[in-house]
Amino acid sequence: MKLRSILIGATALVAATSAHAERASDGQLNIIYWQAPSLLNPYLSGGTKELEAASLVIEPLARYNEVGQMVPFLVDEIPTVENGGVSEDLTTITWKISDGITWSDGTPLTAEDAIFTWQYCTHPEGGCAQATNFSDVESMEALDSQTLKITFSVPKPFPYGPFVGAQSPIIQKAQFENCVGTLAVTCSDENFAPIGTGPFVVTDFKANDVATFAANENYRDPNKPAFATVNFKGGGDAASAARSVLETGEFDYAWNLQVEPEILTAMEAAGRGEIISAFGTSVERLMVNFTNPDPALGDERATVAHPHPFLTDTAVTRAMSIAIDREILVIAGYGSAGQETCNVLPAPAAFASPNNEWCKNYDPDEANRILDEAGWEMQSDGVRAKDGVRLSVLYQTSTNSVRQGTQALIKQMWEAIGIETELRNIDASVFFGGDQSSPDTFQKFFADIEMYTNNFDGTDPEAYMGNWTCAEIPSPDNAWLGMNMPRFCSEEYDALAAELSGTAALEERARIAIAMNDMLMNAGAIIPLIHRGGVSARANSLEGVLMNEWDSELWNAADWTRSN
Amino acid sequence: MLNFTIRRLMFAIPTLLVISFIIFAILDLAPGDPTASLPMTVPPEVRAQIRSTLGLDEPFIIRYFLWLKQFMITEPLNLIESSFGITIGEGDRLRLTSWATRSPVVDLIAERMPQTLWVVGMSQIIAVLIAVPIGVISAYKQYSWIDQLGTLFSMIGFSVPTFFTGLLFIVIFSVNLGWFPSIYDTNHVVEDWDSFVFQIKQMIMPTMVLALFTAAQISRYMRASMLDNLNQDYVRTARAKGLKEQTVLLVHVLRNSMIPVVTVIALNIPTIFGGAIITEQIFRVNGIGQLLITGIVGADIPLVQTLTFIFAALIVLFNLIADILYGMLDPRIRYE
Amino acid sequence: MSDTSLQEMPKASSLSRDVWNQFRVHRGAMAGLVIFTLIVLAVIFGPMIHTVDPGFMNIRLRNAPPSWANPMGTDNLGRDIFAQVLQGGRVSLAVGITAMLLALFLGALIGVLAGYYKRLDGPLMRFTDLFLALPLLPLLLVIIMLFRDTLRQAFGPETGIFFLIVFIIGITSWMQTARIVRGDVLALKEREFVLAARSIGTPSRRIILRHILPNVISPIMVSATLGVANAIITESALSFLGLGFPPDFPTWGRLLFDGKDFLTLTPERVFWPGLAISLTVLSVNYIGDGLRDALDPHIRGR
Repeated sequence: MKLRSILIGATALVAATSAHAERASDGQLNIIYWQAPSLLNPYLSGGTKELEAASLVIEPLARYNEVGQMVPFLVDEIPTVENGGVSEDLTTITWKISDGITWSDGTPLTAEDAIFTWQYCTHPEGGCAQATNFSDVESMEALDSQTLKITFSVPKPFPYGPFVGAQSPIIQKAQFENCVGTLAVTCSDENFAPIGTGPFVVTDFKANDVATFAANENYRDPNKPAFATVNFKGGGDAASAARSVLETGEFDYAWNLQVEPEILTAMEAAGRGEIISAFGTSVERLMVNFTNPDPALGDERATVAHPHPFLTDTAVTRAMSIAIDREILVIAGYGSAGQETCNVLPAPAAFASPNNEWCKNYDPDEANRILDEAGWEMQSDGVRAKDGVRLSVLYQTSTNSVRQGTQALIKQMWEAIGIETELRNIDASVFFGGDQSSPDTFQKFFADIEMYTNNFDGTDPEAYMGNWTCAEIPSPDNAWLGMNMPRFCSEEYDALAAELSGTAALEERARIAIAMNDMLMNAGAIIPLIHRGGVSARANSLEGVLMNEWDSELWNAADWTRSN
Repeated sequence: MLNFTIRRLMFAIPTLLVISFIIFAILDLAPGDPTASLPMTVPPEVRAQIRSTLGLDEPFIIRYFLWLKQFMITEPLNLIESSFGITIGEGDRLRLTSWATRSPVVDLIAERMPQTLWVVGMSQIIAVLIAVPIGVISAYKQYSWIDQLGTLFSMIGFSVPTFFTGLLFIVIFSVNLGWFPSIYDTNHVVEDWDSFVFQIKQMIMPTMVLALFTAAQISRYMRASMLDNLNQDYVRTARAKGLKEQTVLLVHVLRNSMIPVVTVIALNIPTIFGGAIITEQIFRVNGIGQLLITGIVGADIPLVQTLTFIFAALIVLFNLIADILYGMLDPRIRYE
Repeated sequence: MSDTSLQEMPKASSLSRDVWNQFRVHRGAMAGLVIFTLIVLAVIFGPMIHTVDPGFMNIRLRNAPPSWANPMGTDNLGRDIFAQVLQGGRVSLAVGITAMLLALFLGALIGVLAGYYKRLDGPLMRFTDLFLALPLLPLLLVIIMLFRDTLRQAFGPETGIFFLIVFIIGITSWMQTARIVRGDVLALKEREFVLAARSIGTPSRRIILRHILPNVISPIMVSATLGVANAIITESALSFLGLGFPPDFPTWGRLLFDGKDFLTLTPERVFWPGLAISLTVLSVNYIGDGLRDALDPHIRGR
């Protein structure tokens, strides 16, 4: 599917560039994001919708393309150790901005703008959502107006955090100078209409509703963009967004269509557009709670002080994993936007472990055998038990119709092997929120199993794999901050994490990451289900779309054209 | 009556203060988090920092008084300044800003008023225009075919939720017939006949969905109340006096039957401002209702607090108006 | 789940017999009663005849059209829709009727007290204003957060949630009834028969029960009818938000909501639950109509 959409996109791109060669000649582009952007400054709101809407206007130095490779945008080449752009000790990186790049107001883009962006985001009172992209940056200096040197406080094997990818675009110093720190809130005009170097400029912005853009007169390629204006509408739900592209044809592009696959297929049959998908690093997974969530434990509930009565038994988690028919989960909830996976780190290809394929082999008989062997005997009520401990789990996730379908299917599969399952769904704003007073956050994890999707930005998994070190365990002591939901803790794993942060060679990094992934799988801390892709829809007349999960989906909007 | 009105208005101020405090307490207690919608890749420490820049670390009572000050003093002063072009005191006041958009709440509300008033307001007018005649005729000709039809229509109208009727309308009128747009264009400006026609076209579906639902409700109360009054002795007397049937019906009975209907309408008018959450979502009208639900989902407390407070003020106001209307419809009702 | 039994059956007193006799000749009311009884019976005994497990998923038989085995077809996970409609009816009817009764009781009580006693009018109506103004969703989140675990432990996951939902819907939908009843009572208490009763020294409680209540019965009946529909729909909204019953627990409102996107693919998924809700509401409405007429002395005499 991925290959197919790339091929289609590539041929369309070739055809389009040959057909059109004039700026603003293709009229209006209508895009629908059913979650509307609330502002266009990704540093103040890290949401995907804001990030992608803003990517039409503001740009980083380099982006990831549709296959996850870095491509230069505002520079001529990507600095590496080989070309001397990255120092041998891995502590500095030097970017050279291309000649003739200007902001949409006509002033030149300089290294000072990049330095300002860094200061803006790392200001202690600014509340910048993308601060992690600038972690370990010690200083930035402008060697000349077009040369930016970034110095890190530690060796950075992967120095492409700042200014690479949709998460860290460059904003204009002249515009945002008076918006640093606590002043950020007084700058709604700036946040609604940032000046950028990208193909479009903001003409009007209505928060959480609609944004309109016009072609940037000062864009570096005189023949692009092909569209004169962009109408970027938001609101509603995913199914109706799909309908507006596929059935009524009112819109050209619809984003993030997580809808039951048969509904999309039926809409696609109307013949006005097609569904496109691409895969990044997102994995829908079950987190297994290694600690006891029993409410009777009071404040020590779900903390490492009390191990879980049965989920630390790898026989149980292994049986649970092979009792799940992942193929059915894909058919019922994901269609072309999902693939079975047994790894929590499924991509990029070099980092995907080949060692866990056993989990794809759906085998309830084997699951029963494993449980029998481990001493979990089937009781008269159809639930297995050992020493008075019943295999009964509370399984929670966020509210979303596909997730509830998956929950129901897994419940049936588990009850077939004698594991009693109670389902709970929690409103996403509560589940993913960090409200200390709520018992229902995914970090508190007052349940036995929880399901959600996580991924990482860009292509380097170091920070992501660091999520499961002992220090990342959420507990009352650290106000439940931390991403190690299973409360998995292993010295060996922590040692590998430390090794990863000091290793530069790509093959070595891949080997370590795979070893970490395999440790998590063998311990049964995480049960991966689906490698999820992004799903969008484009109208048949819209050409040049290269669906991209590694960067903004609108990353190459400058190349989009309308066929006649 | 004037005395009563003034006393009630005075009493409304402490009432509203209490209501605003309770709303704030509930919003604060509710387990939402403004950083919940961020992608998972934003680590917990960064989220904690964002929360602290939003002022969430401050004690509850301080945040409440800050909101009260911003809403009751800063925003009215700003309004006066911008409408008269004068400066009062220091010009640099911190405005009441929404967390998600980092822009003044009052501006957001103003931006959304037009579409909400157009769609939701129009639907209420249409609902009353449909419901009152249906209610009157159904009651007058009780158990006739027209009454049965009215009952069927209103019961189905009320028991089928708007999320379903809205979708059905879109499938029929947008997808199959292609008559109306399924998505409301909030940037559309009415400047000539064609653009006016387009405005009507894009309003028809959301307005009708809402009107159907409201009309169902009002017509039931209208009918029940008319039936009660038709059997009263005064109707017999009026007829016996030889008054024309039309006069009896429309002057005497209708007037006396309006009390419950006035109540329902008075309860509905504030909801015009409150928008219609589901219908606005389906047709992407993106008015006040959609603003409110986005605020609630995103735990944008300043925004939700302000919207609900304005809503509360309207409820208090219109319930007062209803009370005054009762006195006009039935002079025997007195408040002192 | 059978608290929907026929409360309108007569007792042996003469007034009740009068009412029942009048009710019986009301054709619409009788039809409503029959249909309502049929729905209740189907929901109670249906699952014993159509023994398919409503939760069982046969993924190979997804989105199937109606057949002998699945009279209403299957949904996108291969669950039998007929079994789900029957199972969902139990919950929806129970929630709809009990929540409506709770809201009605609260609304009528507050409305009558506020309308009749001038002293209570101000405080009670401001209290009503408060409830009208409260943002529903955050309020629900708070209630759920505070009480869910306690109730779950006391009554188990399903009964606990049932009480919670009935409570939530009841507590958030009485205000309109209260305002309407109060408005009517304000007018009624100035009418001659009430003044007469008061002048001969009838105690207030008796005036309310004998003279006021029977005269506000018709708006109360309308509220009851609308209340059932409202409760069934609200329950679906709660489930949708993850605040209601567990996700694998079908209710009519939820079936309708989950099925809406499948409108063009498997229309029977929305048709049957929708029809069930409409029929229930319609029959409750006619029963209410009949009761109202039967309780009205003006009509009963005719």
